[in-house]
Amino acid sequence: MSNLGTDRVKRGMAEMQKGGVIMDVVNAEQAKIAEDAGAVAVMALERVPSDIRAAGGVARMADPTIIEEVMNAVSIPVMAKARIGHIVEARVLEAMGVDYLDESEVLTPADEVYHLNKRDYTVPFVCGCRDLGEAARRIGEGASMLRTKGEPGTGNIVEAVRHMREVQAQVRTLIGMSEDEIMTYAKNLGAPFEVLLDIKKHGRLPVVNFAAGGVATPADAALMMQLGADGVFVGSGIFKSDNPASFAKAVVEATTHYQDYELIARVSKGIGTAMKGIEISTIAPEQRMQDRGW
Amino acid sequence: MTKIGVLGLQGAVREHIRSIEASGAKGLVIKKKEQLDDIDGLILPGGESTTMRRLIDKYDFFDALINFGKKGKPIFGTCAGLILLADGIVGQDHAHLGLMDMKVARNAFGRQKESFEASLDVKGIAENFEAVFIRAPYVVEVGETVEVLAKVNDAIVAAKQGHYLCSSFHPELTNDHRLTKFFVKMVEESKNELAS
Repeated sequence: MSNLGTDRVKRGMAEMQKGGVIMDVVNAEQAKIAEDAGAVAVMALERVPSDIRAAGGVARMADPTIIEEVMNAVSIPVMAKARIGHIVEARVLEAMGVDYLDESEVLTPADEVYHLNKRDYTVPFVCGCRDLGEAARRIGEGASMLRTKGEPGTGNIVEAVRHMREVQAQVRTLIGMSEDEIMTYAKNLGAPFEVLLDIKKHGRLPVVNFAAGGVATPADAALMMQLGADGVFVGSGIFKSDNPASFAKAVVEATTHYQDYELIARVSKGIGTAMKGIEISTIAPEQRMQDRGW
Repeated sequence: MTKIGVLGLQGAVREHIRSIEASGAKGLVIKKKEQLDDIDGLILPGGESTTMRRLIDKYDFFDALINFGKKGKPIFGTCAGLILLADGIVGQDHAHLGLMDMKVARNAFGRQKESFEASLDVKGIAENFEAVFIRAPYVVEVGETVEVLAKVNDAIVAAKQGHYLCSSFHPELTNDHRLTKFFVKMVEESKNELAS
């Protein structure tokens, strides 16, 4: 007797990614560079977030040709993004055999009210969060992995730091609470009570939580690990840098050995310039990707 | 107390430590090769085998891990760890540590959506063991001295050769610690033998 798509199988897949770096790629060649650098997975996209930001318009699921090309090029898991609430994009990616779906605010939402009911799917999902309320709502809907949102495509770590600190601080607050305080905390956060109870009982989130949205250097990746991330997504940071292959390797090493500062200094030498980056206050409110979804 | 390390370059390290400690031994995360001198047995955890191999090379773990095994100290490889132990990999010219006489196929059950849970009998160790398979490999051929411990359909998913143990599935992801306990016993016995 065997069971597909159980919580343990879906959440366990994310556990295997811990301590690793997941890189955005737009073709087979980039996917190979990522795999060679030691990425634990790749995210197949039509454009990296900074190009999505620059291009404007509606950002959708990638062309299946690109996703297939990437799936054929590497043996590590391949992830892909569906629009928030886009049931069919998610089903199409699942049917293609993508290993993990990202219901992502980087794409233009298809539904401004409802996220996907991720329990319905055999494929596991990763979702973005800015605080414990959002994290718990996504877990409640069946997300098997989380990533803090940050502000994608900016090369600016400040929002990723804000969101990781917020989630970690709220988890600590929750663990310190007595059980009779949790319902009110759930009400205030807009979080499902049972999910909070489970976090309190186990002393941690029930799923892996990576950092995303603004990682541009090896030191940024190590910073997020130090703040409690289980691993790191790097979007535009790698392939918008001067020398993607050495940049990718350096980010992987800094993530593995995030407390070895001599090593981070060594791997950061001579890898070229990081992506330029954007100051958050210059982004118009309607252009902020982190505010998509709820 | 018996000390068992978990290679901590990438993957499900924390879960193995929890399982080791629940089985009555001390668990240590191994990030530098010098730490191998302090432990009596080692677990190669699940994760991405290509990523782990790259980090093994990068930090000069390769010969140190082989020597650890050749000294007679037990090693248990789960999922990616099983791939690292094999001396042959289907479709690849080179294997990794090559400590076990067996050939393995990577992602042999398919992609993530084919990942599954099943109840298994692990010969002489556990009946109805809850086994979690995630993009799992399996063993396609074994040498004469390798003992097959469990199968799914006809695929070999757990095996033992002397002081080496391996499984395609993830005993660390459940609260069923029988397989880890068996490994802890292997390590305790080898520790006594190596001491005498």
